[in-house]
Amino acid sequence: MARTDVQLMLDVKAGDEASFELLLHRYRTPLVNFLYRMVRNREQAEDLAQEVFLRVYRAREDYVPSAKFTTWMFRIATNLALNSVRDNRYHKLEDSIDAPVMIDAENGDEKVLEVADKHPNIEQHLVEDARVKMIRHAIDKLPEKQRAAVLLHKYQELDYAEIAKILSCSESALKSLLFRAYESLRVELAPLVAVQGRP
Amino acid sequence: MSCEKMESRILAYVDGRLKESERLDVEKHLAACAPCRLRVEEFRAVCVLLEELPVIEPSPAFDARVRALVAAEPVKANWWAWLKVPPRVALAASALLVAALWFGTHQGPTPQPIQVDDAQMMQDLPVLEDHDVLTNFEPLKELPPPADDDSDNVQQQM
Repeated sequence: MARTDVQLMLDVKAGDEASFELLLHRYRTPLVNFLYRMVRNREQAEDLAQEVFLRVYRAREDYVPSAKFTTWMFRIATNLALNSVRDNRYHKLEDSIDAPVMIDAENGDEKVLEVADKHPNIEQHLVEDARVKMIRHAIDKLPEKQRAAVLLHKYQELDYAEIAKILSCSESALKSLLFRAYESLRVELAPLVAVQGRP
Repeated sequence: MSCEKMESRILAYVDGRLKESERLDVEKHLAACAPCRLRVEEFRAVCVLLEELPVIEPSPAFDARVRALVAAEPVKANWWAWLKVPPRVALAASALLVAALWFGTHQGPTPQPIQVDDAQMMQDLPVLEDHDVLTNFEPLKELPPPADDDSDNVQQQM
């Protein structure tokens, strides 16, 4: 019978490196996907996921199973993702979206900074299905906390109490957050929802 | 139940997470409220659409990078780490201790200290080559009394 997350983490605390490997294997894909859907950059998502595992490892000696392991781990992930999203947005706001910005490269030459478009690039347009693009765009438009709530609710299948702890809010506040998020999504995805509703 | 109260229950209803009594209250409201009924249908459709997002796999080097980060972590000093000796070392140390204790309790007879007057010993240094004679004065008692000025003869007899 497979050990639970708490059992594995307690074994990691006791010095069992193989148990950490099992946790890594168990959560690498869900973590990377959650972070990718939050920050919309694959490389950044993987960097953040590695940081999550590193923080889990560092905290092993003080680990006490007072909450579910997934609640604790996704709380770390959500905080890192929210900080990253805000940092990226801040850097985008510093630059003009109307004119190219000249910056000093490391070698001293000036080059034009292309302000990143919120929409996927041309290569992704070519390969991605239009529906998937529309769905991703709808999620991207959500405020980051609503986005995190939807991703945790839909893809990690965490219960409301867990998600509320991760987002540091009450359960009623979380339900309100989710309601507003799904309201926005149903408006943004109205063309696809209408098609789906047809007999 | 009002439409406002429905807001806090609609997703749990779509998820199937409501208690039985709450579910019945919601269904009673839905039966009489078309806008909420439409909202429930559209929330369900959104949930289905969200499932269409593809799952990406971490890159092949992901695990290796995590292991490298973990390996680079400094090893914390542990006051009790010295107690964690390998079993073979512990066994050898135990065997050594037992042997030392055994030999300590099974020694031969302890030689008796020589009861010799220090001043006499200093005078008779040449005689100290033979300690057995000094520890047992009986033979000396059997010696005939020294003759007058016959000190040389006594030396020869010893």
